[in-house]
Amino acid sequence: MKIINTEIFMLLLTIGSFLLGTIIFKKTKISFFQPLVIALCIIIPFLLLTGIDFESYFEHTQPLNFMLGPSVVALGYVLYEQVSHLKGNILSMLAAIFTGCVVGIGSVVLLAKLFGADQVIVASLAPKSVTMPIALSLSDFYGGKPSLTAAFVAICGIFGSWLGPFFLRIIGIKSRIARGLAMGSASHALGTARAMEIGAVEGALGGLAIGIMGLLTALLMPFFKELF
Amino acid sequence: MIKGLFWIFLFYFLGELISLFIGGFMPGSIIGMILLFLSLLFKLLNPAQVKNTATTISKNMAVFFVPATVGLMTYFSLLKNNFWAIIVSIFVSTLLVMAVVAWIQQRFEFKNEIDTNDNQAIEQ
Repeated sequence: MKIINTEIFMLLLTIGSFLLGTIIFKKTKISFFQPLVIALCIIIPFLLLTGIDFESYFEHTQPLNFMLGPSVVALGYVLYEQVSHLKGNILSMLAAIFTGCVVGIGSVVLLAKLFGADQVIVASLAPKSVTMPIALSLSDFYGGKPSLTAAFVAICGIFGSWLGPFFLRIIGIKSRIARGLAMGSASHALGTARAMEIGAVEGALGGLAIGIMGLLTALLMPFFKELF
Repeated sequence: MIKGLFWIFLFYFLGELISLFIGGFMPGSIIGMILLFLSLLFKLLNPAQVKNTATTISKNMAVFFVPATVGLMTYFSLLKNNFWAIIVSIFVSTLLVMAVVAWIQQRFEFKNEIDTNDNQAIEQ
């Protein structure tokens, strides 16, 4: 038992489950079977069965969790690369994503409050359209719970990438740039992965939208926090 | 790899430092991201210095989300009590974001197309 409740075992379990998840995801290509989802389905039952509480698991996996911060910083480079390769009207894209960002935070917060959700749920929902590392940092910072936000971001991504292309078709979107931006803004990396299947233009703009959406959400969150 | 890690950690630290000075207006990691982006944009830092490390991290970062996400196991009852509020608000809000972004972008493009057509007509 002692050997299980250690840093090396928990890190091995975490990386191993995630790796298994990537293999299953590649084999099945079912968008619900994200590596992260599969890793959870292995780790959570394991902890419940062995009676190890989350606090000690989290402490043992700190080396991985610490990398969340550097992952956010590394996105600065990704954003730079996308912006420098950008052709087309950046202002219209910024206007579109900015509005989407305001609508995204505003609507999810108001709807959740309307349905009487608990305050911690509302704060954890606010950054749901943003790429995971940024969403987790924002959630932690503005009174949410990163664990909850992680689930909400994943639901948002899976839902948007599943229904997005169909939805954009029925509301009459013909522009490839618009489709890519919309998928990336609403459903981050999962939306962008789906956009990439539709076309290279859509995929590239989805990637750009992820970065800008993350940046704008971070800048706008302080103004929304009064609402939570 | 190590050089890139140094720069990323440095920008992370600077971000945390600034976050402290501005009274925690924004998380340090996000300030670090903005600083790195601006430094690259204004050519204060050569992109080659961070390229490999930054791309490696961002391609593999999903594994770093696992520990925080496992924390869900402590929120089962909270999730159960708020289930419909969560699902409905996420679904509606996601579709709203998609619609708003796509509509605005498409309007701009079609407006530009009409403008350029007009200009061409005038030139002719």
